[in-house]
Amino acid sequence: METEILARIQFAFTVAFHYIYPPLSIGIGLLLVIFESSYIRTKKEIYHKLARFWTKIFALTFGIGVVTGIVMEFEFGTNWAVYSRFVGDVFGSALAAEGIFAFALESGFLGILLFGWNRVKPWVHLVSTIGVFLGSMFSAIWIVVANSWQQTPAGFHIVGEGFDARAEITDFWAMVFNPSSVDRLTHVWLGAFLAGAFLVMSVHAYYLIKGKYVEISKKAFKIALVVATVFSLGQLFTGHRSADGVAKNQPAKLAALEGHFEASAPADMYILGWVDKDKQEVTGLKVPGGLSFLLEYDFDAPVTGLNAFPEDERPSQVNAVFQFYHIMVAIGMVLIFLTLYATFLWWRGKLFNKKWLLWIFVFAVFLPQIANQVGWFAAEMGRQPWVVYGLLRTDQAFSQAVNFVFPHSVLLCI
Amino acid sequence: METFLGLDYPTWWFLVVGGLFSGYAILDGFDFGAGAWHLFLKKENSRRIALNAVGPVWDGNEVWLVIGGGALFAGFPVMYATMFSSLYVPFMLFLVFIIFRAISIEFRGKEPMLWWRNLWDVSYSVSSIMLAFLLGVVLGNVLQGIAIGENYQYQGGVLFEFLNPYALMTGFTTLSLFMAHGAIFLLLKTEGRLFAKLTRLLKRGMIFFMVSFAVTTLYTLIYIPHLSDDFKSNPALFVIPLLTFLSIANVPRLAEKRRYKSAFLFSSLTIAFLLVLVAVELYPVLLRSSIDPQYNIDIYNAASSTKSLQIMMVIVAIGTPLVLFYTIFVYKTFWGKVKLDETSY
Ligand code: HDD
Ligand code: HEM
Ligand code: HEM
Repeated sequence: METEILARIQFAFTVAFHYIYPPLSIGIGLLLVIFESSYIRTKKEIYHKLARFWTKIFALTFGIGVVTGIVMEFEFGTNWAVYSRFVGDVFGSALAAEGIFAFALESGFLGILLFGWNRVKPWVHLVSTIGVFLGSMFSAIWIVVANSWQQTPAGFHIVGEGFDARAEITDFWAMVFNPSSVDRLTHVWLGAFLAGAFLVMSVHAYYLIKGKYVEISKKAFKIALVVATVFSLGQLFTGHRSADGVAKNQPAKLAALEGHFEASAPADMYILGWVDKDKQEVTGLKVPGGLSFLLEYDFDAPVTGLNAFPEDERPSQVNAVFQFYHIMVAIGMVLIFLTLYATFLWWRGKLFNKKWLLWIFVFAVFLPQIANQVGWFAAEMGRQPWVVYGLLRTDQAFSQAVNFVFPHSVLLCI
Repeated sequence: METFLGLDYPTWWFLVVGGLFSGYAILDGFDFGAGAWHLFLKKENSRRIALNAVGPVWDGNEVWLVIGGGALFAGFPVMYATMFSSLYVPFMLFLVFIIFRAISIEFRGKEPMLWWRNLWDVSYSVSSIMLAFLLGVVLGNVLQGIAIGENYQYQGGVLFEFLNPYALMTGFTTLSLFMAHGAIFLLLKTEGRLFAKLTRLLKRGMIFFMVSFAVTTLYTLIYIPHLSDDFKSNPALFVIPLLTFLSIANVPRLAEKRRYKSAFLFSSLTIAFLLVLVAVELYPVLLRSSIDPQYNIDIYNAASSTKSLQIMMVIVAIGTPLVLFYTIFVYKTFWGKVKLDETSY
């Protein structure tokens, strides 16, 4: 048990650390493509400068993203041996495809993106930038597909018994397009675009406050604002699709997200709240029947609650799942409000007049980051106690050979 | 078992994984090797040139590891799981050093202070050395076999067992091979005084390699009989060690004649041949159990289903030409001697 907990903590810690960087790389990648294609179209030096500046930052986030990612890949073998054996047949092909199609594309062109400015023609450079960006989008596809397969397995059958049991693939496309992949992938992509756009706005808002690089910063801020506004609104939509999917495929998770205990009753939606697992009640601010309405468009429709599942087949950390989920949704709302307000000021020609607003944007960079993290935590903890939903339990999956995880977790923390 | 062009699917996948790891060893081999020499170069400018020689490609090289690991996971999940969990410590150390190396490359040029740059130079060089060494250590353990019991469970000690004499020898051999390989790569990328200095370093590297290689080979022949069995039963296979030996001998010969491009080709071939040798020695076993051969992990009991292997062969068939295409494109773009500009590290 001890080791299992340590293995889980270590995995969660490293994957969360990894996940600071990929969204930034994907998001900055999108903006780089916009900056650079504007440069080729208009030949204006200002876009060239922007592209060069953000390339440097991109190099940093990308580099750390890659090495922490390698750590993730190895950890599947080191910490989750039983799991790797059980799912390797299904999950492996997604990982192999990710390596060949996505990572090779990114890293191949990365050299040219970073060091090729003076060596290749501008359009070849643009093609490389697009290559790196597409590569990072693809890498999100495969890894999210793999994770979605864990959440909603499809396209496989179980072969063998006891220790030798494992999942074998029967239908590649059913595995790829399992019930949750598309909804979750779009949600993850938009989350990444938001992370990148808010970083760009943060840096340039800071320059504007300090009165440095004013022209360039105004331009960059506006471009990033457009991206952020569009995708904040889009995120509401993809998030709703995900929630619908969870209701269908992982009812125990949905019940945990909203702290809904009664086996079958109309469910409320909380704006804020605190779950008491023992008393089975939630105190807080709620929209009565709100969840029922969102799912069935009827305030009185019954929703399956946690008590419909045996004690050991439902997430135990209900309050944590609830809080993580609500933080994400709250941040989603704040982002929508913030970007719409800024766009409104822009339309009135007063965007850069309010210093306090710029300060808010300087710090708003943390919001999408936090939402991305807690989103994963809600999705992953809500999946417990299953590593592969309904098939393999977490306590069976950790590596038995590893009985001293602790010393090196400390090593990795430094 | 279903076959394709006369070979069964696990064997095909064994070849794919072998090919990927050879590609990885050749590519990351020269950039670890170049890093290992870093502290031997004393001047700031020399160090910058050496660093920027690998600058545009190191990241692409590491992708081969990611793909190779992915391929191993996908094709032989049992092997992946057992190898990584039983050689836990060397792999974790490997990860730590790979992180340090990347950080050093990224951070070194960010500040001009001497102490700052020296700090990252040391960390870059030490991590490059350790990475090459650890790869060899893992290889040594795989060749020699580890304590695998029933149900593919590892039963040996976790902390220090991987540091046995044989693994240390293969570790040094790998390090020295990569150092020679890296020195030749740097020779292709540099000119003037630095170039002259590297020619001297290359000589030392070759000697270091010859000595460690000879010791390891002798030890293998005397103490690890299972590795030479295949050769005794099938003399035709002796071609491979012969070719390996010829290609090793070619490296100093070509370096002496200052034909560094060919020398680089042959040091790459040497790495490839050595791995082919390893593959032949092992096949069809992947990981030998030192407890009892019945617990060996081989390409059949470790393999994914045929269906899954077929899907992945398709993926590989589509993907490989693409990967080769942009690898070649990148190397062509940065071909020739290093020129520092404002985008350099
Ligand atoms: C491809 C698979 C995959 C992907 C993309 C992710 N995870 Fe995950 N996660 C797992 C596969 C997984 C796992 C291997 O299956 C774990 C380990 C134990 C478990 O139950 O699931 C897990 C556990 C796990 C836990 C621990 C839950 C618990 O044990 O209570 C957390 C907090 C996260 N993950 C967080 C994340 C974050 C922040 C991710 C963002 C990158 C992420 N996961 C992506
Ligand atoms: C458990 C989960 C994960 C594992 C095992 C994993 C594995 C990896 C590996 C091995 C790399 C290095 C690849 C290279 O050398 O280029 C990497 C980088 C990357 N990963 Fe992950 N990853 C995980 C989660 C995710 C998720 C959820 C996303 C996307 C939404 C993602 C997106 C990326 C991207 C874009 C990169 C490229 C580097 C960067 O942009 O910073 N990863 N990952
Ligand atoms: C606006 C309202 C939002 C709603 C209703 C919503 C809904 C959801 C739901 C239901 C899940 C769980 C999906 C599953 O387990 O399959 C989820 C996960 C996630 N959310 Fe959100 N979300 C919102 C906003 C955001 C924002 C603003 C971000 C980031 C900027 C974000 C990032 C994530 C991430 C990274 C995950 C984990 C990956 C996944 O499971 O798709 N979400 N979200």
